[in-house]
Amino acid sequence: MTTDPQTAAGGDAPVGTGSPFTRVLGILCLVGIAALLAFGLVWSAPDVVQSDSVRIMYLHVPVAIVAFLAFAVTAFGSVMYLWRKSQFWDLTAGASAEIGVMFTALTLLTGMLWGRPTWGVFWVWDARLTTTALLLVLFLGYLAVRRIPGDPDVVAKRAAIAGLIAFIDVPIVHYSTVWWRTLHQGPTITRLDPQIDGLMLFSLMLGMVVFLGVYLWLLVHRFRVAYLESQVDDLGLDVALAERRAEGSALPTSPTSPTSPTSPTPPEAAPLVTTGDER
Amino acid sequence: MLRDAALVAGKDLRLEWRSRVATNQVAPFAILVLILFAFALDPDRGILERATAGLYWVTVLFAALLALSRAFSIEAADGNRDALRLSGLDPAGIFLGKAAAVAVVLLALEVLLLVGVIVLYNADVHGIGLLAATCVAATAGLAATGSLYGVLAAGLRVRETLLPLLLLPVAAPVLIGATRAFEDAFSGTTGEGWSWCVLLAIFALIYTVFGVLAFGPLLEES
Amino acid sequence: MESVVHLRAAVALLGRFPALAGVDLDVGRGETVVLQGPNGAGKTTLLRLCAGLAPVASGEAVVLGHDLVADRKAVRRHVGLLGHQTHLYDELTVADNVTFWARAARAEASDAQAAMARLGLDGRLADVAVARLSAGQRRRTALAVLVARRPELWLLDEPHAGLDQDGRDLLDGLIRDATAAGATVMMASHELDRVQGLAPRVVHIAGGAVTDDTAAPAAPTEVAHAP
Repeated sequence: MTTDPQTAAGGDAPVGTGSPFTRVLGILCLVGIAALLAFGLVWSAPDVVQSDSVRIMYLHVPVAIVAFLAFAVTAFGSVMYLWRKSQFWDLTAGASAEIGVMFTALTLLTGMLWGRPTWGVFWVWDARLTTTALLLVLFLGYLAVRRIPGDPDVVAKRAAIAGLIAFIDVPIVHYSTVWWRTLHQGPTITRLDPQIDGLMLFSLMLGMVVFLGVYLWLLVHRFRVAYLESQVDDLGLDVALAERRAEGSALPTSPTSPTSPTSPTPPEAAPLVTTGDER
Repeated sequence: MLRDAALVAGKDLRLEWRSRVATNQVAPFAILVLILFAFALDPDRGILERATAGLYWVTVLFAALLALSRAFSIEAADGNRDALRLSGLDPAGIFLGKAAAVAVVLLALEVLLLVGVIVLYNADVHGIGLLAATCVAATAGLAATGSLYGVLAAGLRVRETLLPLLLLPVAAPVLIGATRAFEDAFSGTTGEGWSWCVLLAIFALIYTVFGVLAFGPLLEES
Repeated sequence: MESVVHLRAAVALLGRFPALAGVDLDVGRGETVVLQGPNGAGKTTLLRLCAGLAPVASGEAVVLGHDLVADRKAVRRHVGLLGHQTHLYDELTVADNVTFWARAARAEASDAQAAMARLGLDGRLADVAVARLSAGQRRRTALAVLVARRPELWLLDEPHAGLDQDGRDLLDGLIRDATAAGATVMMASHELDRVQGLAPRVVHIAGGAVTDDTAAPAAPTEVAHAP
């Protein structure tokens, strides 16, 4: 990640999570989306068999790939957090999961919109759709775990482990559902000479790049919001420490100890004897 | 680690024996679910017979949720989570012990349910060996994964709703595999069934290993 | 005198709330220390910190030679914590409970028997399910668990509460025997009159820190570190 939340936070309280990097990225994404619309809706030809409904693919395929990418990022972030215990990875994992839920839901939705004209039904229980549906629920479970109130370190570790449990399951789910059902068309992108028309292929590739950009943009912003939230909590800690100590000194029956180096300060006094690193 | 596991499993089973929650509540619930399926699916149309394997394993999953919830609610009560941490027990041992105890209870339930489907759904049992192996492998997987999520959710106010949300998606492969294996066993064509059984065993192995590693850290968080 | 508890500017957080906002405390082996203070002062958290349960957010904390900041799990085996909750399985009997927790701590079944006998639980009560006991009897069972484990450091949170007169005398006897045998006892208690008989050192806690200490001890200077 090339982002540096410190520069965004600066010296004063930041008013937003934007930065030169995200502004450029955002503009590129908008341009990309416009181009994608042009290529997808206008310039590329309708499919021989599926006619115009194939155009949903230009949205569906990239969104699906990004959804799986988001999940991979969450899983990777969970592993990294457990290894390095750095807040960065925890926030990344959480942010990616939220975006991933969105993209997974979008994948299912566009899949259904495509399925209706093509197969006649909104849903079929083939391997890919089933795995994607399960992925959505796994994501939601992960987010539910993140939402349980608690100390940030506790939440982070718990969520990371829950994320790993789910992540390990994905290949098993995939393998077992594939073995069980096979209806979805075989992979068309990954083969060496793609069977689809050049312009359609280009539109697909463009779509993937554009949505990758959108994902990145959302990720950076969501990450920064989470980071700033945690900063606010940390600031509250110093205040809380001061108030806690003041509690003790406010009582009339407890004289200060001559051996204690941390004499209680009156409640309105600002300087607090720091007790080393907060974390 | 194994010594602690045996100690914890013994304690859990003794507790179950004394409190009889599984016999008095979970087992009747499981049978009730089988009966409810008959209400819902109209026994005259042959659906029950065709769907027996699936209905059986869905019932087992529901029963597993209850059994796991129970196994960890006893630890959440009265500060026992703290006590487990203070106890000097190896967390990996606690995991194995609790999972083993839950597995024993589930296996007993599964036998009962098998009798249930033979009686209620007219199931024909051909591959007893496959059935048994499937039950063991699937139960091990459910117990391992369930114990992981169980300790994660233990003591939380939202435990009852969180545990199903977390466990059921992850247990989907178990449902798929066990059902396919049972279908084969009921119809007598045991070829692919054994392959599914192997998949279940791999699932169980992966999550047992993961549990041994992750239970300790999860127990620490309060 | 060997240092059993050594805390410097120890901070312990409950979520975001600083339950302990910088505690300095030194306790030597064989001492009996009473923690006094208003409700919410942090006494329970201090006991839990010494037990290795509450994480040390900052500061120094060395208990029985174990550095709690580095690894707070290692010390747990050597302490006995008696909190407000009794840590018992309701459906199991007294004997089952004491034996289980004792064996978990690598003690022998005979230790469990002896502990139950000491607390008057070895007769008819041994086979009664904990759920059917009175609160005081449950307290005694919890105490039996602690005694069976033979900890070097006793951490008691208002132990006299809920015990009848006999139980309290019993507890005082146990504390005296424990310190005579070289264990150290730290307890939080509101009953100053009660505990005076044990001639303890009284440490006052308020606002998450030590505000008074009757024995500015001939400070135990050796902070022995466990291997």
